Amino acid sequence: MPPFGGIISVRRILMIHRYKLGGMNVVLDINSGAVHAVDDVAYDMIGAFGEGSREDVVGGIFQKYKDSGVTLEDVLECYDEIEELKRAGTLFAPDTFADMAGELKARTSGVVKALCLHVAHTCNLNCEYCFASQGKFHGERALMSFETGKAALDFLVANSGSRRNLEVDFFGGEPLMNFDVVKRLVDYARGIEKEAGKRFRFTLTTNGVLIDDEVIDFANRECSNVVLSLDGRREVHDRFRVDYLGNGSFDKIVPKFRKLVERRGGKDYYMRGTFTHFNPDFLKDIETMLDLGFTELSMEPVVCAEGDPYALTKEDLPVVLEQYEKLAQLLIKRRREGRPFTFYHYMIDLKGGPCIYKRISGCGSGTEYMAVTPWGDLYPCHQFVGEEAFRLGDVWHGVTNKEIQNEFASCNVYAREECRDCWARLYCSGGCAANAYHATGSVKGIYSMGCELFKKRIECAIMAEIEREAEEQDS
Amino acid sequence: MKHIKTIETRNLCESAKNGGCGECQTSCQSACKTSCGIANQKCENEKKETK
Repeated sequence: MPPFGGIISVRRILMIHRYKLGGMNVVLDINSGAVHAVDDVAYDMIGAFGEGSREDVVGGIFQKYKDSGVTLEDVLECYDEIEELKRAGTLFAPDTFADMAGELKARTSGVVKALCLHVAHTCNLNCEYCFASQGKFHGERALMSFETGKAALDFLVANSGSRRNLEVDFFGGEPLMNFDVVKRLVDYARGIEKEAGKRFRFTLTTNGVLIDDEVIDFANRECSNVVLSLDGRREVHDRFRVDYLGNGSFDKIVPKFRKLVERRGGKDYYMRGTFTHFNPDFLKDIETMLDLGFTELSMEPVVCAEGDPYALTKEDLPVVLEQYEKLAQLLIKRRREGRPFTFYHYMIDLKGGPCIYKRISGCGSGTEYMAVTPWGDLYPCHQFVGEEAFRLGDVWHGVTNKEIQNEFASCNVYAREECRDCWARLYCSGGCAANAYHATGSVKGIYSMGCELFKKRIECAIMAEIEREAEEQDS
Repeated sequence: MKHIKTIETRNLCESAKNGGCGECQTSCQSACKTSCGIANQKCENEKKETK
């Protein structure tokens, strides 16, 4: 009989998610966003709630716990607490968003607010696992001209409507191979932003090889974020991140990254690694980053074709999921020790996070966010560059392929059948369109392994956040 | 409550009233670049509802 080993009703699967992690019982109320930490009695009772009369549910729970010192009054009190939360709309809240998902997304569409500028389709490293095929994105090597970059910034301003914050990433390939153009584009943007009523926020993503004092000064002055590519342990990093002679880059870039971060003055940065089939035990790589003194960390599963030798396999999945749990425990431990660090996927602001519009709309690729090639072509995002069928238009004529753009505009979390019934839908928002396309051939598909990883990460993030709140109350 | 501790969270239903300003970052753009998730995004709405 449910929930002690039986089938849980579909209705409740859609409304709540229960899990045990880190010695904690957690119940997520999917549609209100409420998070509850509960004892064992409440955990089981929430699972059984609605499966029978009050007497049936209370009786079943009492039978299970009566030998553990739990009284009938305790169990009745627990039932009342659940009913109170249900009345307050924070437990078993119905989904009121599905029917208006398209309308909600439309409210945040219609403007462009972020561009990924591919200023260099070339790279000074030759990393076999690169989703951008060594920076060339399956095309010719090229550098973006200042004129093309300027037209891209003008396109962004002209199409940004009333949005004030405009995000621009310098990406590649290796963007520092076109550093002069990067500097000129920032100068240009700073020159027009005040009159346009905008605020440009720049991000530089770099492999570090060309970092010098001038780059450090520039990045720390102009870039609100810097993404630095480091895979962790020297042998892991140097397996893939090699120059064209096959030499590893670890020893060359780590001192540069340390200098940049030391001088950054607390501004945002991410040390971003990639893990593959060869290092599913990526926690050791996180620990290497910490040992090197870096505290703002991101570690991502490799994006590649299923048959690639470094692709994550089904056999890797349990290892990776365990690593995420251990990472959450490490995060909690170091925070208690006064040595905190940030893991990108465990950042979660339960009190002030994204609104329902954002949660339904997803990442904004192809609508709010586009990538620009060195030739000025527009694509839905950096991961679609090189896929000719997805070319949207160019920075001079704007979006001309409305059919493709409409496909992205109609992407919302309820547009994917698998997501409609998933407890994590309002945390992941339907996932990555590029991952979905590469896994299924459709931007409205799902990348199932990515889903498994995401769900574990969000469980860990929420557990760690509950723990943080408890620590704050204790202190 | 004795059995259930509710963590303070943003009420998603309430956020429908003043949300959708669009000032927040596009998801993976300035960080991971390879996987989307919005739960870790910051809200930048200056007119966010208050509890």
